[in-house]
Amino acid sequence: MSEIGWLVLALPLGAALAGFLLPQRARRLAAILSVGALAVSTVLSMGLAVRVVGEQERGLDSAVTIAKFGELQVRAGIHLDGLSVVVAVAVCVVALLVQVYSVAYLRDDDSYPRYAAEVSLFTSAMLIVVLAADLIMLVVGWEIMGVCSYLLIGHYRDVPEARPAAVKAFVVTRVGDIGFLLGVLVIGIGAGSFDIMMVTANVGGLPAETVVIACLLLLAGVAGKSAQFPLHTWLPDAMVGPTPISALIHAATMVAAGIYVVARLFPLFGVDALPLTVLGVIAAITMLLGALAALAQDDIKRVLAWSTVSQIAYMSGGLAVGVPAAAVFHLLTHAAFKALLFLAAGCVLYATGRALMSQMGGLRDAMPLTFVAMTCGLAALIGLPPLSGFLSKEAVLGAAYETARGSGEGTAWVGWLVLVAGLLTVGLTAAYATRLWLRTFFGTAREKTALKPVPRLMLGSLVVLAVPTLALGPIGLRSQWLPNWLGAPDVALRPEAVTTVLSMVLSAAAIAAVAAVWRRAPDRDPVPSRAILARAFYLDEIQDFLVVRPYRWLATEVRDYDLYVVDGAVEGYGNAAGTASNLLSRLQTGNVQTYATVVLGTAAVLAIVAVLL
Amino acid sequence: MHIELAVVLAALLFSIGVYGVLARRNAVLVLMSIELMLNAVNINLVAFDVWLRDTLHSGQTFALFVVALAAAEVGVGLAIVVQVYRLRATVAVDDLDELTEPANE
Amino acid sequence: MTAQDVVFALLGVIAVGSALLVVTTSNVVRAALWLVVTFGSVAGCFLVLTAELVAWVQVLIYIGAIIVLLLFGVMLTRAPIGPTDELNSGHRLVAALVASATAATLTVLSLQAFHGVFVRLDQPGTAAVIGSALFRTWVLPFEVISVLLLSALVGAITLTRPEVGTAGSR
Repeated sequence: MSEIGWLVLALPLGAALAGFLLPQRARRLAAILSVGALAVSTVLSMGLAVRVVGEQERGLDSAVTIAKFGELQVRAGIHLDGLSVVVAVAVCVVALLVQVYSVAYLRDDDSYPRYAAEVSLFTSAMLIVVLAADLIMLVVGWEIMGVCSYLLIGHYRDVPEARPAAVKAFVVTRVGDIGFLLGVLVIGIGAGSFDIMMVTANVGGLPAETVVIACLLLLAGVAGKSAQFPLHTWLPDAMVGPTPISALIHAATMVAAGIYVVARLFPLFGVDALPLTVLGVIAAITMLLGALAALAQDDIKRVLAWSTVSQIAYMSGGLAVGVPAAAVFHLLTHAAFKALLFLAAGCVLYATGRALMSQMGGLRDAMPLTFVAMTCGLAALIGLPPLSGFLSKEAVLGAAYETARGSGEGTAWVGWLVLVAGLLTVGLTAAYATRLWLRTFFGTAREKTALKPVPRLMLGSLVVLAVPTLALGPIGLRSQWLPNWLGAPDVALRPEAVTTVLSMVLSAAAIAAVAAVWRRAPDRDPVPSRAILARAFYLDEIQDFLVVRPYRWLATEVRDYDLYVVDGAVEGYGNAAGTASNLLSRLQTGNVQTYATVVLGTAAVLAIVAVLL
Repeated sequence: MHIELAVVLAALLFSIGVYGVLARRNAVLVLMSIELMLNAVNINLVAFDVWLRDTLHSGQTFALFVVALAAAEVGVGLAIVVQVYRLRATVAVDDLDELTEPANE
Repeated sequence: MTAQDVVFALLGVIAVGSALLVVTTSNVVRAALWLVVTFGSVAGCFLVLTAELVAWVQVLIYIGAIIVLLLFGVMLTRAPIGPTDELNSGHRLVAALVASATAATLTVLSLQAFHGVFVRLDQPGTAAVIGSALFRTWVLPFEVISVLLLSALVGAITLTRPEVGTAGSR
């Protein structure tokens, strides 16, 4: 069975490597290769999921040692248990739909084969992270994801903002990745092994300081890859990439990788209260930050990007209050509805050719299927029952409530913090979702140009994604199969009464308020946009001022040092030699008497010296 | 007689000859200064020959040879000077600087 | 202080004085003439040192032939007759420095080395004595010198031939 697991990994990887070798004209072949490989992987992973749940043991390992550092071994292996196969299935399904969608979306793009190969590579990297049994292997997958993200964000060569956005994404996540790598090394060296199962099982035997430091360092990587405060600044700018990429990387997979890693290594985080406290504070800040910023954006994709930042903070909040099952549940539902939202936004972009909401309006009649899909996705985002988003969000809020009351797992005040922030965010989420819905699809069309018909392939993907969006909630709760899978059978993911009522009231109030304001002036923005919200409290600018500028200055200084001092010294030797030789050549005057003077003078000096000594 | 007189005289004549060789511009004057130096050498040779009472009289004989050589040298030297004058129209030693190495800048 | 000392000293002073004038005068012809005085005093010094043959050879060859040659050279190179400014090069100071250093070193050395050495001038170096030494012991160098003089003569003539392929033309 482990061979099937390896196959799930290897198929997209092989498709990627083969795809890079394809010439640009081979669009058909590239499409078949990438979609085909991923389809097989999806089927295999679903089969694995069924088999894993059926087995009595949880974990299945197969590993091969690839390096030894004294007693420390690095092994390449996969670990199949409930958590990894569930997330692997989610990744495969979303990636497959995105690949199918891209075939149509990038119909007019010449570099489609390269794109498809990069997406396949990215998928295989994410699967490596999910299925890895060894921490170093996980880091390898993590890094490959970073590279693919850079390549894919910068896909549009003729858009000037693409390259800086790609570089920014790479550099900001890199800052986090350094912490991540250090955390992995600390825990690996401290535990004497990089094997994940061994590390989590023997966590009691490690000194507490080592574990705490490692967890804090790992959180740096989580903050970077999952776009949490303060390393969140790259995600909104990454929207300059193709929309399917935004759906895949920035909704469903890469940004969820950090959450997955914390869930996987959760026993480590339970040793001391500090790492989860930090995570809770970050989650609370990010939740509110993302929701407030989303409220003031004009670009559809940027609204969704900030929304992602906020929703991932929900997952972090779930982890911080000590219930990883709730966080993973929200991860799965978010993957479904956020991918649906992005792909629907992609349809809107494709049809209208523009992305700003102030230039849209009244699309409900012109794009009915997209409208329905977007409505489902936004409803799940807001958390309307009985959609999946409702249940997963309530799971997180319920866990926070339990913790706040002291009967849960984590620290009480962190629970209060996450609960309060979470409830406020529910209201804000409802507000910006309603705003998006109304401005895009209702009212009079602000631009009267004709719409491009949306290809069926793209619409089909929307339909497929709508199914889990609608269904995952109720199905997910029946007979507790999800918590059982995730290895926490005693966790109840049912909605808590108090929090549910509060969040429903807040959502309803927000929706009503926004709708009322909008009704009065259908063509104007219901939320008057303030610059501070639109610029996300100028955090980007602050980061630029505090970090980027000093760094650039330092780089310039180093370069100048190299140019003038180091190169100057080297060239100076040459120049000095030339000058010295010029000086010496002045002796060759051609005048006999000069020569004779020098000779006789030297002889006289030598004679005097000989006499004196 | 004190031999220091002869030796000091030779030293002084030699030094004056050195000054003349280094400081005079006219080539003929340089040749004259060379003759002064040779004379100084002759005085030394003869003085030491007389002091040491050489049975071979090598000092005085060498002095004679030096005179002969001086004559030959002046002959050839003046031939060169005349030829240079024919080609360059100058016998100023300063102006004959074909072997100069100009600084390349 | 014997009489020979005094005479030698006087002759020496004359020699040094006229040599100084040779190297400092601004008149080329006068330089040649002062050189004559120098040669003459040196010949006198030789006489005091009882080297008669050398003294008369000095007068004959140096004053008689070499000075004449130098004067011919002066004439042939159209040296300015009369006082002129152009006879001293720019190296004068350095040359003076070098010359005084040489003079100082040699003088000090000689005085230290030969202090109190007394020469007995009782055997004259007459022509008979020197000549027999010359034609017995030194006959080979003597012949070689004559060949040398011949070659110098031929060389000088070859150098100054006005027509084809003279040495020194480029």
